[in-house]
Amino acid sequence: MTTAVAAKSQVRVAMNPRRYLGDSWRHPITRAVVKAVLTIWVTTSLTFLLIRLMPGSPVELKIDELIQSSNGAISYEDAKAIASSLFAINLNAPIHEQYLSFIWNLLHLDLGNSFLSSGTSVTSIIIAVLPWTLFSVGTGLLLSFVVGIGLGLLAAYRRDSILDRVVSTGGSLISSIPNYLLALLMILFLGVQWKLINFTGMRGAYSSGMQPGFTLAFIGDIFYHAAMPITIYFLTQIGHWILSMRSATLSALEEDYVTAARARGLSDGRIRTAYVGRNAVLPLVTQLAISVGLVVGGAAVIEQIFAYQGVGLRLIAAVLQRDYPVIQGIVMLTTIAVVVANLAADLLYSKLDPRIGRAGGASG
Amino acid sequence: MSAGVLSRPTMGQRLLGPWSATVGFLRLLSKRPVGLIGFIGIVFFLLLAFVAPMFVPFQNDPSLVDIYQTPSQAHPLGTDFQGKDVLNQIVFGGRDILTVAILAALLSTVIAITFGSIAATVGGKVDSTILAITDVVLTLPKLILLIAVAAIVRPTSFVFLAVILGLIQWSSLLRQIRAQVLSLKERDYVEAARSLDLGLMHIVFREILPTMRSYIAIHFIFAMTDAMYAQIFIVFLGLVPVSGSNWGIMLYFAQGQGALFFRDSIWYILSPILAITLVQLSLVSFASALEDIFNPRLRGSA
Repeated sequence: MTTAVAAKSQVRVAMNPRRYLGDSWRHPITRAVVKAVLTIWVTTSLTFLLIRLMPGSPVELKIDELIQSSNGAISYEDAKAIASSLFAINLNAPIHEQYLSFIWNLLHLDLGNSFLSSGTSVTSIIIAVLPWTLFSVGTGLLLSFVVGIGLGLLAAYRRDSILDRVVSTGGSLISSIPNYLLALLMILFLGVQWKLINFTGMRGAYSSGMQPGFTLAFIGDIFYHAAMPITIYFLTQIGHWILSMRSATLSALEEDYVTAARARGLSDGRIRTAYVGRNAVLPLVTQLAISVGLVVGGAAVIEQIFAYQGVGLRLIAAVLQRDYPVIQGIVMLTTIAVVVANLAADLLYSKLDPRIGRAGGASG
Repeated sequence: MSAGVLSRPTMGQRLLGPWSATVGFLRLLSKRPVGLIGFIGIVFFLLLAFVAPMFVPFQNDPSLVDIYQTPSQAHPLGTDFQGKDVLNQIVFGGRDILTVAILAALLSTVIAITFGSIAATVGGKVDSTILAITDVVLTLPKLILLIAVAAIVRPTSFVFLAVILGLIQWSSLLRQIRAQVLSLKERDYVEAARSLDLGLMHIVFREILPTMRSYIAIHFIFAMTDAMYAQIFIVFLGLVPVSGSNWGIMLYFAQGQGALFFRDSIWYILSPILAITLVQLSLVSFASALEDIFNPRLRGSA
């Protein structure tokens, strides 16, 4: 499929091949991978710093707590040993060794044990909740992206019509309401005042008697339980996609290659999809990556409000119970999940944009 | 006569410039009803939060006989779970929220402008370092980090909270400022200033940044909405030590006390929701109207 993008890229590559083929680390894919690794490293180090090095850090607090709760029966050294095993770090080692072993454990997904339910590994806790957050956030985000792109394209083509005004104003208004307020309003009106939806029945990730598996009933059930979070993610994100797509389309419509395509007598449908739509949607893919982090963060409060068993709900419970290994584990694994999603979007972007995919010899 | 031309402008003349600029701006704004409503909303809430508390007595006495009253003459928005007047709490609960939002937005905007323009004008290694750091910060799930930081650092004062919020939200603005400065510094008038050897400081502060005034103002407002969102997010989740009263704390108590599920307490929970939503809507619609006015390329035919 030769598109305007491809044609343009060939001209550019032909003009300056060395710039793309020369230093390969400048290649977007290499850079994306380096960026991802760097981001994960920064977060884990920051977490280590916060947990271990801050004065009055959780480790110190735990040691104090252990000594106090035993009325002095446990010596400082013993308490330190218990805290060490709880955090899965050797507190007697020099700080750089602690740091290295912390990274080493992280590479083995050994994140220590929960304070509260001893013997439960942090990894198993996270594995139980992370899929639900990724499922609900992913569904809501993709849905809002697809619908928003469609509406934005439509609004740009019918610029200044009533439809354009309604869609862009409505979208921007609904998206500027904070997600937690939207969630509270939904419970308030749909659940309590008008009694249309039974929110207590929708708590949790799935109904208690349900057997997990690839059955129609189970899939229906998880969508039923995730329906409210998904709706909120959809509503709070859609305005952004509509407005971004609308302005991207408007500027794409002014490009010379669109005028040229019109002059060549190409059909409107083909211009709309292959010329305008494709070019307008490209920059939005990177925005999609950035909003993954945003929505995952916002999910914490949404899961709290709807009592949905995701990472956010677990994180807040851990914070309120001061269960630091769980906090630490969730922060790190969520970041990694978000970074991987970003990386995937970067790679997808280079697939969608032939200018990047073909240059540098990467299999596009 | 020539002395008159050279003499310093009188007070009246000095005021005339900003005055006519304001009038001209309001005239432009009046053609965009949504933006005008947003502007009026912002003025209203600023007055409500910073001026109204001076004229209204603060009521903080719980009254157990008046719990969850529906709106009446004495309590126009009803009462809360302790029998306190809701309207009174709305009037007194805006100042902290708006102050934190303004401080955080100010801090993040200053960081973004400083390092964004340094990156763009100095270039080279400095540019790629700043850009790499920005890219990393941009990908971080900031609200998750905010929860973790708040859990461990426990911000006790609102200024401290504002600093934390400001420190986490500068990344996307920095990238945009950098891109803007990069394109602006190739313009003719900047070239002219450079050929006159006016120095980097002059070029950045007198030539480039003034051109970006409107752009910065718009993004300052958007930064305010983000800061307000994150601040109420963290307060609502009960992750910062609760003291005093503001709209976020009202929400926190309203949910914690189960006010969500009583039919009679609807005004108690609805009031902070509406206050926050209206402030956010005002800010966003005003900022979009500004965008519309200052970016003629997006300006519609109307």
